[in-house]
Amino acid sequence: MAIRHYWSMAAAAVGFRLVLVLFGGDLHLASRPEVSTPLTSIRRLAEGYWLKQASISPYSGSMYHGSPLLLSVLGPLTNKRSFGHHAHIYCSLIFVAVDFIAAMLIRATGCRLQIARNRSLKSLELTEAVGNSVNRSAGDIASLIYLWNPWAIVTCLGSCTSPIENLMVVIMIYGACSRLAPLAAFGYVMATHLSLYPAILILPVCATTFLCTLAFIYLIMSAIYLDSPLLKTVFFFQIILLLGYGPDTPTTKLFRLKSSSSGKTDISNKDKSSSSRDVQQFSWKQVFYFILWMLFWTCYVLLLSSIILNKVGGLQEMFEKTYGFILTVKDLSPNIGVLWYFFAEVFDFFRSFFLIVFNTNIVFMVLPLAIRLKHRPCFLAFIYTAIVAMLKSYPSVGDSALYLGLLGLFANELAEMQFTFFLFFGYIGVSLLSPVMHNLWIWRGTGNANFYFATGLAYTCLQTVLVVESVSSMIKHDRKLRLLVTA
Amino acid sequence: MAAPPSPLHALSRLLLLSLLLLASVAAAATAAAEEEEEFTEELLLRPLPDIKALAHFQFRSSAPPSSAAGRHHHVFPKAIAQLVQQFHISELELSFTQGRWNYEQWGGSDPMSTNYAKPPGVELWAAFDLPLSEIDATWKNLTHTLSGLFCASINFLESSTAFSAPRWGFKLNEGNLRYGALPREAVCTENLTPWLKLLPCRDKAGIASLLYRPSIYKGYYHSQKLKLTSSQSFGIIIDQTLTVVLQPDTFRAKHLHSTDGQLQPSWSIKDLFNRKLSGKCLVSKSSRVFLEIEKDIVDKIDKSGTEASWTNELFVLSTAPDRVLKKLNSMDAQSSSLYEYDVSNYNDDKPLDVSITWKLPLIWSCTPAPYHVNRFLMGSGNERGSIALSFRSTNLHKQLFGSSNDCSIKAVVFQVVPWYVKVYYHSLQIFIDGNSKAISEVVDKIHVTPSEDKLLPGTLEMLLRLPCSMESATLSLDFDKGFLHIDEYPPDANQGFDIPSALVTFPEFNSSRSYPETDTLFVSPLLQTFKEDGVVKSYTEVLLVPLTTPDFSMPYNVITFTCTVLALYFGSLLNALRRRIGEEERELKKTATKRGLIPLLIAKLRGKKVDPPPPGSSPASLMSIKLLLKVVFVAVVAATFHYLSNS
Repeated sequence: MAIRHYWSMAAAAVGFRLVLVLFGGDLHLASRPEVSTPLTSIRRLAEGYWLKQASISPYSGSMYHGSPLLLSVLGPLTNKRSFGHHAHIYCSLIFVAVDFIAAMLIRATGCRLQIARNRSLKSLELTEAVGNSVNRSAGDIASLIYLWNPWAIVTCLGSCTSPIENLMVVIMIYGACSRLAPLAAFGYVMATHLSLYPAILILPVCATTFLCTLAFIYLIMSAIYLDSPLLKTVFFFQIILLLGYGPDTPTTKLFRLKSSSSGKTDISNKDKSSSSRDVQQFSWKQVFYFILWMLFWTCYVLLLSSIILNKVGGLQEMFEKTYGFILTVKDLSPNIGVLWYFFAEVFDFFRSFFLIVFNTNIVFMVLPLAIRLKHRPCFLAFIYTAIVAMLKSYPSVGDSALYLGLLGLFANELAEMQFTFFLFFGYIGVSLLSPVMHNLWIWRGTGNANFYFATGLAYTCLQTVLVVESVSSMIKHDRKLRLLVTA
Repeated sequence: MAAPPSPLHALSRLLLLSLLLLASVAAAATAAAEEEEEFTEELLLRPLPDIKALAHFQFRSSAPPSSAAGRHHHVFPKAIAQLVQQFHISELELSFTQGRWNYEQWGGSDPMSTNYAKPPGVELWAAFDLPLSEIDATWKNLTHTLSGLFCASINFLESSTAFSAPRWGFKLNEGNLRYGALPREAVCTENLTPWLKLLPCRDKAGIASLLYRPSIYKGYYHSQKLKLTSSQSFGIIIDQTLTVVLQPDTFRAKHLHSTDGQLQPSWSIKDLFNRKLSGKCLVSKSSRVFLEIEKDIVDKIDKSGTEASWTNELFVLSTAPDRVLKKLNSMDAQSSSLYEYDVSNYNDDKPLDVSITWKLPLIWSCTPAPYHVNRFLMGSGNERGSIALSFRSTNLHKQLFGSSNDCSIKAVVFQVVPWYVKVYYHSLQIFIDGNSKAISEVVDKIHVTPSEDKLLPGTLEMLLRLPCSMESATLSLDFDKGFLHIDEYPPDANQGFDIPSALVTFPEFNSSRSYPETDTLFVSPLLQTFKEDGVVKSYTEVLLVPLTTPDFSMPYNVITFTCTVLALYFGSLLNALRRRIGEEERELKKTATKRGLIPLLIAKLRGKKVDPPPPGSSPASLMSIKLLLKVVFVAVVAATFHYLSNS
């Protein structure tokens, strides 16, 4: 069922942003530690642009760590000062548009997921059992969550560049869901170019493709030994796979997954195994296209960057100052994460060790998650985004706004999630306490860094609970479906 | 004349050399004059408008080019000669300063304020005669050497975060100049003693004997400086100067004319330094004391109609000067005059004690710099702030160039900021008389080296063109405060961090003063410095930036808390992934029938009767074998590791 007044609510969200941007005055959000990080701060971007205009490399000094592309797109806008408004009003207007596009793409993704889900439920003949009980239009919910999320609004007003990064991730997921390899590849390359961490979103793709082929070998075997006693278990396995494949789609992977799932449905309908093989080849073609397009976009982005940086610096310097800066956590200014304080306090001789530990921590969970949730690539993408937002070196509320928006896409599946009350008020509590603690520490000098760090710890714990709970409730949901099918 | 050559002994060689030197001095005094090491000592005294007195000691030692004289010196300090040779220094200036020069009261555009007003703490700059690639390494070695020589922490300038390489804002150069400042360095006798050691008579004789520690360290301003220039043609010259501003002890004129105007204290050398000057340092070539009377006073004397001699209706000097020098300047009708005393005419029996006694209360002022420059911080809190640089016009240009209002005055700003003050150079704003101006209207040329975290300080060099008609101008730059690792904070972290002084130069104004030379053979180094082309400079205040501090006692807590949270995430997520509910149910069913070891133990402890274990102990023995294998495996791995790490 679609949400009533969807469009009026979306328009109201955009209008609210516009009102705040145009008439809100300078709220000094651009320098809030929750909103802007050294990577996304628009003031640093303006400084980088100024340096570039002065024929100095924008990366000289430790100010700018973003992409040269953003520099040439947003840079000229930071130059124009308009009095009476806050300094970067033009950028803020762009970010309002960017947020709106991202919300629309989330909605479109949600629609596709909904269709896929309905189709798979139908093929499993579970529509009555499951579909009618919870069948909200997840896309609408997700996009409204994204549009009305206070954090997203604050990020948009603070005009830091994270809305653009979020948009790129959303483009990637949408492109993958709708089998547009070039678009998905574009989103992937841009998101990685802007903030590095979305790079791990490729891993689910690769991992799932690989697993997918294994599953197909299984399927073919089952088709051949149709009468063997093995069949029953194999059949069972297929059903699990297809259940999962139905509603979900990761980056490029998802077509393959979808097609394979449809292939499996065929098989479960006792069709010929050859058809499944065709489907399998088709999905490989998509992956191949994706990789080709990815290479193309990568070359394109690097070429553009080197043209922009021509005469003032090179790509080498760009990589050092962007990816190197992200990975080595050089800036110790406070943010809502925990790593800044950790690296401000940790003994120097342990620094490299912990850098390795924290960076591998992000990558470490990629494979186990991919193995367990391979049939739900889109959900996998959400989980990865959440993990990245939690563990990245310079987190901001903009990252959280993205994964909270994506969370809405799984409103139906995660309806039985636990601790939602606790999580909801935990998020509210942290977002209220954190500025207070920051104010006490930095501005009034009556507090202490430990109080602010404690809110960061609490926030990380909340995100941990969210990730773990959503994963386990998704697994439970799949199990319920399986039980319904076998029952 | 020369001793017979006996080159076997180093000692005898040295003796021989000095004998030869002496001989050559005796033989051809005039011809060898250029080739000789020289030492001169001079003292300049000057009353200041705010009832204080300035004393400026200048000692110059010079050595001929080393190729001509060899490695031996008799009056020139060997340590310095070796320093110059080792590091190929072409110019070097090191100053230790306590207190701040008061540009409004003590003058801003005379040679004294231009050359000897220095920023608080230590300032060091050096130009090297080396290829550009070797300069940074040489600078680092130089800082260590100097810090050993002067008992100061100059070695803190070694770190690349502490020094910069200005191109034109400080002094025009080809990239071979390095500049560093330590604003917090405290200056005390431990720095003065090694400085005195470079003088041939130390403080035992001559003018340096006036350096009575309690009186010079209780002054308002104390700047001890070493300037070194070296070149192939004229050898090495070091100028050691000590500039102090003192409050004279006595108020002899206390009851005179207390009704109108400010009373000037009368003072003498004895009042200032607690001792009299009894003769010169014997090796010095010349030893003189000057008393300088500012232009403003000279004008007043002239107005009253009398000659500006040593005794007039405004003041009386206790001793008749040997000479009176007046400034040569075509533009000014009148200028400051110098009363010169030759110390060699005095001795223990007849010590020199110049004193000045004011007859009338007097108000005068020194020539100010074209602009009074101040620098201050804006904003509160520990997150961000702004640096503002304000210029207040003193209307000096109107006196000098007439009152045309469409001209402009150049000012060069040179500023080094440490990396933890992250300046946003794009946020530069300029207000002239309160109105915001476009950057391009005022800034002619700008050169920025942005700061790099833990690597480079930020350097700003800026050429401004300020309109003559303006009364005040303010430049502001926003900055973010950095956050440091706990090890990078100094012991008293909450005191804050110092930003070194900015230097503002006015290239169109010159502070040089030339006096007529009576002795053509010998030029007084002090007057020579006065005559040199000196661009008017002003140093601004040192800024104190409070930075926020982390909790210094928390590293273990932070590490354990953070790791706990991450472990929580890792463990619970992995647990959620590997749990299979269906299997768990099956397992539960199995365990219901088959008892594990622990329930068995618990049952035993409770004293209940235990059912005999089900027959077929093979799974149990298999388990124990597996366990054994695991233990053996771990032991082998540990042993191998141990062996490998030992070997």
